Amino acid sequence: MTKLKVDGNEIEVPDHYTLLQACEEAGAEIPRFCFHERLSIAGNCRMCLIEVKGGPPKPAASCAMGVRDLRPGPEGQLPEVFTNTPMVKKAREGVMEFLLINHPLDCPICDQGGECDLQDQAMAYGVDSSRYRESKRAVEDKYIGPLVKTIMTRCIHCTRCVRFTTEVAGISELGLVGRGEDAEITTFLEQAMTSELQGNVIDLCPVGALTSRPYAFQARPWELTKTQTIDVMDAVGSAIRVDTRGREVLRILPRVNEAVNEEWISDKTRFVWDGLRTQRLDRPYVRRDGKLQPATWQEAFAAIKAKVDQTAPEKIGAIAGDLAAVEEMYALKQLMAGLGSTSIDCRQDGAMLDPANGRGSYLFNTTIAGIEDADALLIIGANPRFEAAVLNARIRKRWRLGGFPIGIIGDNIDLRYDTTYLGAGTDTLSDVARASQGFFDALKNAARPMIIVGSGAISGENGSAVLAAAAALAREVGALGEGWNGFNVLHTAASRVGGLDIGFTPGEGGKAFAEMASGGVDVLFNLGADETEIVPGPFVVYVGTHGDRGAHRADVILPGAAYTEKDGTFVNLEGRAQVSSRAAFPPGDAREDWAIIRALSAVLGKTLPFDSLAALQRALYQSHPDMRSDRIVPASHDAISALADRAGALGDVRLGSKLGDFYLTNPIARASKVMAECSRLASGEKLQAAE
Amino acid sequence: MLQDKDRIFTNIYGLRDKSLDAALKRGHFDGTADIIGKGRDWIINEMKASGLRGRGGAGFPTGLKWSFMPKEVGERPHYLVINADESEPGTCKDREIMRNDPFTLIEGCIIAGFSMLAHTCYIYVRGEYVRERQALQRAIDECYEQGYLGKDNKCGWDYDIIVHHGAGAYICGEETALLESLEGKKGQPRLKPPFPANVGLYGCPTTVNNVESIAVAPTILRRGGSWFAGIGRQNNTGTKLFCISGHVERPCTVEEAMGISFRELIEKHCGGVRGGWDNLLAVIPGGSSVPLVPGADIIDAPMDFDGLREIKTSLGTAAVIVMDKSTDIVKAIARISYFYKHESCGQCTPCREGTGWMWRVMERMATGHAQKREIDMLLDVTKQVEGHTICALGDAAAWPIQGLVRHFRAEIERRIDEYSHNAHQVRPVLEAAE
Repeated sequence: MTKLKVDGNEIEVPDHYTLLQACEEAGAEIPRFCFHERLSIAGNCRMCLIEVKGGPPKPAASCAMGVRDLRPGPEGQLPEVFTNTPMVKKAREGVMEFLLINHPLDCPICDQGGECDLQDQAMAYGVDSSRYRESKRAVEDKYIGPLVKTIMTRCIHCTRCVRFTTEVAGISELGLVGRGEDAEITTFLEQAMTSELQGNVIDLCPVGALTSRPYAFQARPWELTKTQTIDVMDAVGSAIRVDTRGREVLRILPRVNEAVNEEWISDKTRFVWDGLRTQRLDRPYVRRDGKLQPATWQEAFAAIKAKVDQTAPEKIGAIAGDLAAVEEMYALKQLMAGLGSTSIDCRQDGAMLDPANGRGSYLFNTTIAGIEDADALLIIGANPRFEAAVLNARIRKRWRLGGFPIGIIGDNIDLRYDTTYLGAGTDTLSDVARASQGFFDALKNAARPMIIVGSGAISGENGSAVLAAAAALAREVGALGEGWNGFNVLHTAASRVGGLDIGFTPGEGGKAFAEMASGGVDVLFNLGADETEIVPGPFVVYVGTHGDRGAHRADVILPGAAYTEKDGTFVNLEGRAQVSSRAAFPPGDAREDWAIIRALSAVLGKTLPFDSLAALQRALYQSHPDMRSDRIVPASHDAISALADRAGALGDVRLGSKLGDFYLTNPIARASKVMAECSRLASGEKLQAAE
Repeated sequence: MLQDKDRIFTNIYGLRDKSLDAALKRGHFDGTADIIGKGRDWIINEMKASGLRGRGGAGFPTGLKWSFMPKEVGERPHYLVINADESEPGTCKDREIMRNDPFTLIEGCIIAGFSMLAHTCYIYVRGEYVRERQALQRAIDECYEQGYLGKDNKCGWDYDIIVHHGAGAYICGEETALLESLEGKKGQPRLKPPFPANVGLYGCPTTVNNVESIAVAPTILRRGGSWFAGIGRQNNTGTKLFCISGHVERPCTVEEAMGISFRELIEKHCGGVRGGWDNLLAVIPGGSSVPLVPGADIIDAPMDFDGLREIKTSLGTAAVIVMDKSTDIVKAIARISYFYKHESCGQCTPCREGTGWMWRVMERMATGHAQKREIDMLLDVTKQVEGHTICALGDAAAWPIQGLVRHFRAEIERRIDEYSHNAHQVRPVLEAAE
């Protein structure tokens, strides 16, 4: 700890603090543009100048100077800094004037207006008039992809975007070219950026130089209603803020959650919102004469009742998709129990995870923040870059600190950090040492090794064996140590851990997902499962939001609410239960899913014992107390050890991610134009401008 | 006046044989191994005693700078980097050393490298200096061949010198920008602290020295710090290469004692000011970045760090630019402003935006197309750039203008008056081209 005086107030701050942080700690506000807590220090905007007592007779950049660099006074007085002296005021006014002389006065048509650092700080620290009489600089706009719009004349060269892309995203596709007045931010060859995290540069840009292309000219920030909620595009459960005007979602922004997403979100999370408007199911449909025809809720329920009444309980099943909240799965599970069926399953990807093995067997036990404590990593059949882009940024963050060997079994892909490729299949998994003795030793000698198993690797016939082998390997290399759990399953679906937690898996004599989808039941309740083909035959009741694969196959469609339209619990891959909040109402006749199931239960004569979401949640918390808070309850090692004991022969299969196209993993994303364009770009398909 | 026996650079004009053998005969590499044998503490103390101040412009004591390096080599190797990116307009001393007397530099590199426990030295040569680089490389190759460099050499300190050729950016003469450039990155100054002595080239302890500072070191150590300290004035000791250009009869680069008066320097070595002393208008005594002074102020001033500071300018690199009364002084400073606008790296705000602003106003001042209150505004802008930037380029861009306004405000005002008088003359009416 270091003691210093800020504007005469004595404070004590940690040694690694910069003067800027120390001043903030002391309650003195320091304006800044280039400084960002999560990026390296550039010190180039010069807005954060402060006066240091005893130093040279010029102000110092507080972001670039550490408290340790301060020298005590001649008689051992505490070092002293000032943030409110005439020198500081003059320096800030000067820098602000320089920033503004070449900044266009287009605030009225700028999307950053109202939430612009430059606007705010010009009001607070600038002067009211300009002395600049020369011509202003104009800079040509650059094309850097379909997501980020550039108006480069507004750029103030803070280089936050450059530092983000190189440091966090791991691409060197943005840079500052030219020098002096002619310096410009560009992608060098005017190509689209290839990162899955590129949208974050929009938030980082302190001015309107980089703005959201899909959101361009849509709204002003003060017209928007902001709702804090949770993302469901992947299993990470990033904290987001959904901005709505009326019933339309206009944009999605990240919130800070140090334990999960810091303050980054993936592009899918950020730009999927246009998919919430298109392809929506806004009224019930019933298939008559082979065609889906609009119906009323009563007609739809009647059709279901007619079918269910004719069907034996063991021929009724229910499946849940990737975006379902815990509440509706819980309600559906209760309903199925009421109907006397044990055929329920939430494992759409066929992952061989079983709650009966214990919670530790399917969680990301290390936790996301825990990645930073690890010192070696083996990735088995996963592609964290696409499956959990924000989590991948955390791995990269740890990797950048050095001393973090990373091995891959599965697809040899660019994960934005250096990796040791060990092999593609189970033969490598069964003998990592043979693939690379060096890496195996590093993993074994690491104090806190980590193993990540992708959900793609543990699906299918060999899934259980691979999972057991991975657990055995984890035990062998010491990943299950005192106070450390390095066994991790990387889920891809937001609903999965919640589903496993409440036991939305086949009970005694129940049928599994694949069996139900291939005709093992006569009536199938489908809660938003759109990634799997259901064979002709069963009578399918689809509860979901979009006219996607599941709806096309359905016999009755009950329109549900998307994740922005309901309050619901989502358990992320770490086992962190987070509750999303409703930001808008579902369209048309669509209703919240739990309410649909509750209403249906009454029609089917198996009325569920709750009339409100609060009552449902009370029941849920009673049986699953962990859901009550977003605290993580660490799973015991026993489950993983027991799993490891079961390790046996591995078949010979390739291990790999089964995610498919990152931009099109769920019905909302598939309905989004923006995601479609990203997907096209990512797949290398070039679009010619229509000129 | 400096006597010939006290000259350090014995072949600065290239009139003698430039080979290593000839240099050995002139006394280079004489007892280098003995100097190294005396140990690094002796060397650094002797350098401190000599009072040598860095010759790159800032005038930081060289011995003190060497002593900042860690005393022992830890995990990271130490490096010596020679700043031969001599880009300051008016300066042409390092090029003469590299072209004609390169062995002074090479021997200095070895001794300086030893004193800071560096086994590797990089010499960063300015992009435009092609012949200089070739001459230097030839000299280094000769030293390798004859066993003065490399492993187990005659000097008794394993040493390698690598010549790196820059790409011709002024900013790469700033020591941290030079390191960035040397590492293969864009030449933009780093934030200090950390200083290069802690975190320099490739993150290792590094000292960056000017060519001349290093080239004079061997002679200082051979003849003793007290000899060097005996030349010139207190705190401004030794000999210095002055580069005199502009309106003198014979522009030249000459080694002289520090503290020589401007009058003596010009009369002895340059044949006087063109058109006589009465024709002297102004002098920029230390390269384009220092404020100019009117001729009358400088004529009898001693040419050293402190002497010039008293007349509110600076010795800089001792690149003396002499301007007689034929000079359009405002235009001249406007041209210098353009240079700094062109060479600003664009990293930090005041310099990136301010240099262009200052240049544009200066261009208008040169024609008189301005208002008198803009003079004070311009002065205020230079004050806002000065001291607010990462490196000293902002200061360098501000000082010439401050010097101009300080001494030639009347001239600027005269032009503004003239311009506005002429504005009322009857002129042909311009018609819009439609």
